[in-house]
Amino acid sequence: MRLHRLLCSLAFAGASLTVHAQGTLRVGMTAADIPIVTGQPDQGGEGQRFLAYTAYDALVHWDFSSADKPSTLVPGLAASWKVDDKDRTKWTFTIRKGVKYHDGSEFKAQAAVWNFDKLLKSDAPQYDSKQAAQGRSRIPAIKTYRAIDDYTLEIVTNEPDAFLPYQLTWIPMSSPANWEKVGKSWEAYAKSVSGTGPWKLVSWTPRERAELVPNKAYWDPKRVPKLDRMILLPLPEPSTRVAALRSGQVDWIEAPPGDAVPGLKAAGFQIITNVYPHNWVWHLSRAEGSPFNDVRVRKAANLAIDREGLNKLLGGLSIPAKGFMPPGHEWFGKPEALRYDPAAARKLMAEAGYTKEKPLAFKAIVPSSGSGMMQPLPMNELVQQNLNEVGFKVELEAMEWNTIINAWRAGAKAPGSRGAAAMNYSYFIQDPFTAFTRHLQSDLIAPKGTNWGYYNDKAMDDLLLKAKTTFEPKEQTRVLQQIHEKFVNDALFLAITHDVNPRALSPKVQGFVQAQNWFQDFSPVYMTK
Amino acid sequence: MIAYLLKRLGLVIPIALAVSVVCFALVYLAPGDPLSAVVPSDASKEMVEELKKEYGFDKPIPVQYAVWLGRTLQGNLGQSIATGRPVATEIGSAIGNTLILAFAASLVGFTLGAVLGTIAGYFSGSWIDKAVSAIAVAGVSVPHYWLGMVLVIVFSVILGWLPAMGAGPGGSGEWTWDAEHLKHLVLPAFALSVIPTSIVTRTLRALVADTLSKEFVIALVAKGLGQGAIFMHVVKNVAPTALAVMGVQLGYLMGGSILIETVFSWPGTGFLLNTAIFQRDVPLLQGTILVLAMFFVGLNLIVDLVQTALDPRIRRT
Repeated sequence: MRLHRLLCSLAFAGASLTVHAQGTLRVGMTAADIPIVTGQPDQGGEGQRFLAYTAYDALVHWDFSSADKPSTLVPGLAASWKVDDKDRTKWTFTIRKGVKYHDGSEFKAQAAVWNFDKLLKSDAPQYDSKQAAQGRSRIPAIKTYRAIDDYTLEIVTNEPDAFLPYQLTWIPMSSPANWEKVGKSWEAYAKSVSGTGPWKLVSWTPRERAELVPNKAYWDPKRVPKLDRMILLPLPEPSTRVAALRSGQVDWIEAPPGDAVPGLKAAGFQIITNVYPHNWVWHLSRAEGSPFNDVRVRKAANLAIDREGLNKLLGGLSIPAKGFMPPGHEWFGKPEALRYDPAAARKLMAEAGYTKEKPLAFKAIVPSSGSGMMQPLPMNELVQQNLNEVGFKVELEAMEWNTIINAWRAGAKAPGSRGAAAMNYSYFIQDPFTAFTRHLQSDLIAPKGTNWGYYNDKAMDDLLLKAKTTFEPKEQTRVLQQIHEKFVNDALFLAITHDVNPRALSPKVQGFVQAQNWFQDFSPVYMTK
Repeated sequence: MIAYLLKRLGLVIPIALAVSVVCFALVYLAPGDPLSAVVPSDASKEMVEELKKEYGFDKPIPVQYAVWLGRTLQGNLGQSIATGRPVATEIGSAIGNTLILAFAASLVGFTLGAVLGTIAGYFSGSWIDKAVSAIAVAGVSVPHYWLGMVLVIVFSVILGWLPAMGAGPGGSGEWTWDAEHLKHLVLPAFALSVIPTSIVTRTLRALVADTLSKEFVIALVAKGLGQGAIFMHVVKNVAPTALAVMGVQLGYLMGGSILIETVFSWPGTGFLLNTAIFQRDVPLLQGTILVLAMFFVGLNLIVDLVQTALDPRIRRT
């Protein structure tokens, strides 16, 4: 024990020798490379978190200021927006005046048009297929766009679509003036980055590091960074991230592995978690012949899962599902909350004609690993065991993550889904489209969209259309609650758990507010000695 | 000698072609496709198909291969799908870092291996030999990425003596041969050196013991030659084979450091390959494997030439 203490004090002594100047935050990301720096980042949620909302702004932002309630939309580069009362496809965005890019040029409505062309107009000189690959799928509503004057932007949607502002949060605005200045080349732009965001990217090396410094002239004084410098380091290997934090090489790591958390806590590191719009489900097939076309079977499956037991398996780093959205979410509504009741599940299964002796056999495809998938193999084994106890006989087929993504895009009936009646997947459910529409709308059945399970219900289609065409936020929320209530009461998916977005911080890191969001604000963060 | 060199160089072309075909085929045998890993996961199949067309991935695989080969023959390795950066630039920056690591590891591995192997060979059958052999067996049996993690836990986390990851405080772009940077090199180089140390030890032990039992050595002893002179004879006889083994090991170190580079976030070709594999970044994967294979072939060629120079019998055969 004494030796252990001696070693620990030596470790801290060693760590203190390598402490950086106060005000520099070094972050270990899970990505293997620095995300695309020219505007529209890759590397999923992490890319958007570290290189979109830092160096750039979008027309519409998320409010990151509170940890206690789900983030809502707030004005970004657009100071306000409204939809035309007569023609509900026509939106007018009033551009915030006086916003300057890091290169000194001003952001105007024409710059927004130029950025949409960068993603959508393949014959535009600034069209960039890499950024388009990332951005185009985020803004399916947009039909046309034009600058009416310097500070007025008009966007016309394909059909009335109240979700447009959510889609626009995905589109960071690159600088047209900078692109011209560097010789109309995105490769050159990457070496001299310019956005309007609260951070300036001053240097970066592929796969190694990116350095950002505060933009002291940022248009929102509340979001001017307190730090002197932020350094981003790609550390894809979880044990390397933990070692880098513990040895004092970084001050902050994303996604510490669950088994490292007790040790990190004991060593004095802060483990920050919060509910956020993520879920971990079994997406059920509703194709012809799927056993899940019987609502009793779907409900029985939902009653069979010991979600608290699963939380123990995950070291407490999860939030057991009460519905499809996390508990407390503004769209949760008042569905019949999910519970663990194997006796009731067995009763329903018996009604449907299945018992433990005569079980309902089906196949579920599950990923062996993957973004947001937590610890898929042990978790799925627990789900399998729970289901088998009430009259199912589940065959699990583990697949490589990219194969699962392809199967998910191709639909439950496609050969890639291998006849499975369920697929384990984790979902980003931050806006109405990603939360509900893409899974449930009948005209988004693959390959048109990602309604993997071929779910087709007129009443749900009507509700989805109503949400999309309800422009008053409170009313829209009520419709989204109705959708969620139907989602849960009809047991459309097997809802299992939610991740808590853990990150581990050195005790020196202060001021961070973990928003209930996939993205975060680093502006309030500062370092103590 | 020049004819021999030309003959060997001529063999490089079919090897390069074979390597490129095999690695192209392997990429397509692996699950997933090049674009699915690059577009956001909620992009529909329709949109992925559209982008595939834009990138040329909708064409039959042999056509894609021919296009790639044509471009490569003109010295253009293409651009990474994931980042859009030229593959040549990506490999250029990574290979320097891998060379630093591979040479540091081989310096440690070959020196230790040569010393330990020679000692064990000289004392063949004794407890020294048994101890060295035990170390060598353990060295080849221990997974080096696991050893890397253990080294990090002991020397970085518990003792805090050495950094756990990275190629220097400011990244590899600012690499200099000073104490601060060498500290970053110690753990990955040591972890990477364990296998070559063991292999060189075992090889040299066997070679030295075998040479010492040869009749000419007995003759030399009978002639009254001193231990030092006999040792020089042993070295001359052992060197060609030992060099061949070391050359192959250096080749493995160049291409085989993927796990160590990932564990230590060392920005070399192994880390690059790892990223390319996970992103199904075909041009980057192709380019890196091709360059590494060429390194391997080149190293073997150099070893062959040195061997031939050291032992004229090889050329005669």
